[in-house]
Amino acid sequence: MSTILELYNYWIFIFLMMIGFYIVIAQGNLIKKIVGLNIFQTSVFLLYISMGKVAGGTAPILIDADVTYSNPLPHVLILTAIVVGVATTSVAMALIIRIHKAYGTIEEHEIHEQDASL
Amino acid sequence: MWDLILLYTSNVSLILGSFLSLSLGLGLIRFPDFYSRMHAAGVADTLCAGLIVFGLSLQSGFNLVTLKLYLILLFIWFTSPTSSFTLANTAYRAGHGVDKTSEEESSSKS
Amino acid sequence: MMMRDLFAIVMLFGIYSLLSAAIFVTLDAVDVAFTEAAVGAGISTILVLSTLALTSSEEKPPQHKFFLPLLVVLITGTALVFGTLDMPDFADPNAPVHQHVAPRYIHDSFQETGLPNIVTSVLASYRGYDTMGEVVVIFTAGIAVSLLLTSVRHKRNEPGNLKDLGHHPIILYVSQLMIPLILLFALYVQFHGDFGPGGGFQAGVIFAAGFILYAMIIGIDKIRETFSSACLRWLAVTGVVLYISVGIVTLLLGGEFLNYNVIAEDPVEGQHWGIFLVELGVGITVTATMLGLFLTFSEVKRSQ
Repeated sequence: MSTILELYNYWIFIFLMMIGFYIVIAQGNLIKKIVGLNIFQTSVFLLYISMGKVAGGTAPILIDADVTYSNPLPHVLILTAIVVGVATTSVAMALIIRIHKAYGTIEEHEIHEQDASL
Repeated sequence: MWDLILLYTSNVSLILGSFLSLSLGLGLIRFPDFYSRMHAAGVADTLCAGLIVFGLSLQSGFNLVTLKLYLILLFIWFTSPTSSFTLANTAYRAGHGVDKTSEEESSSKS
Repeated sequence: MMMRDLFAIVMLFGIYSLLSAAIFVTLDAVDVAFTEAAVGAGISTILVLSTLALTSSEEKPPQHKFFLPLLVVLITGTALVFGTLDMPDFADPNAPVHQHVAPRYIHDSFQETGLPNIVTSVLASYRGYDTMGEVVVIFTAGIAVSLLLTSVRHKRNEPGNLKDLGHHPIILYVSQLMIPLILLFALYVQFHGDFGPGGGFQAGVIFAAGFILYAMIIGIDKIRETFSSACLRWLAVTGVVLYISVGIVTLLLGGEFLNYNVIAEDPVEGQHWGIFLVELGVGITVTATMLGLFLTFSEVKRSQ
């Protein structure tokens, strides 16, 4: 039972990640898929940042000599990842707009039907 | 003695602010109409922010942090009512929830 | 997932981003929380809302079977949980992630770069290559969106989609008060990123948010007089070129690519100059790209 208390952060984030994963593969609407992808991405960020936390530490901005700091390396990686995530979302949204103009719908099964009937 | 009064006042003010915020959330969900929901959000938000910042500033003493807290409160007091007003105004101009027959009656009488 | 109304889903997604920013603050990641609040709860929500308005699909019909995806998700989740049983405990100071490179960053960052904010010094100096790649990714996303959406945009003098809100005096007054302060705050965040949370990305997003507010209130035409798409493209290119030219200058001065020690006689002074210029490049590109994204999205012709 001690493992549950100490590993709970990983399991929370696996739960969030699986929710995002389910939305991406099970929903037909394209905008919902992209929202699910973003939920997946955010849960990965939470995982990395929680791995970088040190018990009793503070934010990695130097104040004094004898203070414990949290690990700054995951912060840097996740900073990059957040901005790349928004870049991906914007290109995905532009693609959704073009798909809507070409097919008239953003439901996945209707797009497949239109493709199959060509 | 003075510290105890400060602590109690700040706790009471924080509890009042939290209660106001809870009732704001409840009103946002349970009110039937769009405009009454906007009214709940806009009115309760400013007082709740004021009470919470007041309570926090009592606990943090008389230094730079208190000044920053009050600047944040000023910013919230400027932007939150404006945004609720903008939402309600835009919804009204788009015709959301406006009763057409009462509009005709009032325009024929005037 | 079971909700029908897409608009509510997007709003909940914005709230989820804001909540995760709050969680980042409790996990001591202040820079990341700043960026997530600005980017996730701000720009992402605006872009998805614009797409929702343009595709004009609010509701959705009930969809097909859900048994197979649920099975896949359960199997993957179980495998991942089994994989985490070997992981170190939460917030353990002796975890392997804290052992190798991070102590060097924490101990030597002030002597080598002279900045209190370790995250900025790691981002701009120790991991400068990654940040260069990131700036290029943002630039590429802006280019890709303008390539995809150029052919479906309004021409210059046709009426646009965005009905401006600038008729009411209250909105005009408050926005005239707020927008200069927002831009000033963005400048503060850009240059104060060495001493507190901040830096190029957050400053760029806040800059873009100030201009987007102006565009929403005064109108797209007015802001296009200042920021035409050619001007925004040139600004984005300027940021990327600034970043890469700092690296080329260090190459010409005798060091490796992006080794800031050789810029001035004193290595710490050189680091200061290098980080300043690099963050400026990042801020310029992020501003131009985010503003360009919003303006491109709001000029798309609504389909009949």
